[in-house]
Amino acid sequence: MRAKMTLFNHLSLILGFSFLYLPIILLVVFSFNESRLVTVWSGFSVKWYGQLLENEGIIRAAFMTLKVAFLSSTLATIFGTMAGFAMARYGQFRGRTLFNGMIYAPLVMPEVITGLSLLLMFVAISLDRGFVTITLAHTTFSMCYVAVVLQSRLGSFDRSIEEAAMDLGCPPTKTFFLITLPVIMPAVASGWLLSFTLSLDDLVIASFTSGPGATTLPMKIYSQMRLGVTPEINAVSAILIGIVACGVVVASMLHKRQVRQKERNQYLATS
Amino acid sequence: MGSATTIEPAPGQVSPFRRFLIALLRRFGIQGRTAVIIVPYFWLLIFFLAPFLIVFKISFSEIRIAIPPYAPLFEYLEGIQLTINLKLETYKQLLEDGLYWKSYVSSLRIATLSTVFTLLIGYPIAYGMARAPKDRQLMLVMMIILPFWTSFLIRVYAWIGILKNEGFLNHFLLWAGAIDAPLQILHSDLAVYIGIVYSYLPFMVLPLYASLEKMDHSLLEAAADLGCHPLKAFWKITFPLSLSAVTAGCFLVFIPAVGEFVIPDLLGGSSTLMIGKTLWSEFFNNRNWPLASAVAVILLLLLVVPIVMFQRYQVRQIAEQG
Repeated sequence: MRAKMTLFNHLSLILGFSFLYLPIILLVVFSFNESRLVTVWSGFSVKWYGQLLENEGIIRAAFMTLKVAFLSSTLATIFGTMAGFAMARYGQFRGRTLFNGMIYAPLVMPEVITGLSLLLMFVAISLDRGFVTITLAHTTFSMCYVAVVLQSRLGSFDRSIEEAAMDLGCPPTKTFFLITLPVIMPAVASGWLLSFTLSLDDLVIASFTSGPGATTLPMKIYSQMRLGVTPEINAVSAILIGIVACGVVVASMLHKRQVRQKERNQYLATS
Repeated sequence: MGSATTIEPAPGQVSPFRRFLIALLRRFGIQGRTAVIIVPYFWLLIFFLAPFLIVFKISFSEIRIAIPPYAPLFEYLEGIQLTINLKLETYKQLLEDGLYWKSYVSSLRIATLSTVFTLLIGYPIAYGMARAPKDRQLMLVMMIILPFWTSFLIRVYAWIGILKNEGFLNHFLLWAGAIDAPLQILHSDLAVYIGIVYSYLPFMVLPLYASLEKMDHSLLEAAADLGCHPLKAFWKITFPLSLSAVTAGCFLVFIPAVGEFVIPDLLGGSSTLMIGKTLWSEFFNNRNWPLASAVAVILLLLLVVPIVMFQRYQVRQIAEQG
């Protein structure tokens, strides 16, 4: 669509983005507030961040969350890539409809249902609830996101380079690791990042599938949130937002560099 | 296809372990291709489908004070005689106690209204994005996605500070002289609507933007040349062409919103009934696992139609892409 932007267009963008960002900005700004009152500014201070470092429960929960997120996103990336590959390449195999259903349903399934059903299964097979069960649960829903990302990436994949490799006698597995994987790597990486943040973020499914002694950061934050707004939660939130913002900036810089590299290569190839 | 996908490594290149593994898999008729399907397939069967069957089974059990807190559905008496303890008690309770069906109705109402609000707010944003200069669009898309990457819990929490009685919004309105006394917004249904619209807005804007961005502007020019009012042209041309994106966005907001737990729990009041909250308290506070399972089964039945429609739409979308 190509047209001049009207006043209405400008206004809806300004209002829309203020609506999206104002709450987050207020939250971060007031994590530096000196007073315990979260809504009245009384001076700059980083004391809430200091107190956070002394809060052993939060630190332990943070490590637990990172461990779960790292392991589950790695597993989810492997299984999700396989699933995405199967969906994009294998056409109609037996049980395809059910497979599609199992990939797409978790994307919209209410978390309370997923959490409850996984918990009941872990109880039924008497698996001890804790780190392992949270990781299994997170792997399951994250892999579906990875599969969808990979499926759409492989849809636009130029298969002639794979065919060339195989015509020259490269076995399919080797072709995958030498040709296909490097090309789809950005999609795999963004699938991993997506899984990682989904896992960091999850409260409901983790609450259902965790056991005594396994508390994740969102569970810890949530139990404090129910008691009301406190500057410590603002500080934790600001740190998490900061990490995500840095990650996004780094990812987009890498992407930009890659695009520039590609353009330079193309330029060199044509000149 | 068959010969191309068979694993045929040149001898000497492969470690003995891998050669053994390939030989073992081949013995069972499993080739590389099959393994790629089978691994994720079985994972999802075990960790996604099987758990639903268990929920279904437990919803027919009887509550019992034990660990786990439900009676087994099948029991071997003296090791030989099989008895089936199928109880419809929990479903009867669901029907008779007004709390449950009121929760369902209220969830559907809140989800429907918030979906409409999200569409009304999201459409102008997506429209503005599609009309922005081309070089700015990528940045705008990034800015829509960015909040999605930050924690859901934190974004909901941010609204507590804004909406509460001594929060930012009331401070601002009192300062501006619009109100004399603070408004009670937090712990009301209104706060839940705001929370859902805020959290799910990116899911609505992205498909709408993708569709509007591809739209051919010459259609609107033709309409204008023929004397059509811009508003009428929007309603007759732009909106119908974006209808499939509207459907996708609405499903992406509506389905998860029906079962939402965090938003009604943190922003809603004690009178805000939503089924996700009911299920949660049935499970964690009352430890009534059979009843929680029955609540989940009915919720799933309510959502089956929208989920299947959403899925059909997704598959069709991908087929159209190529």
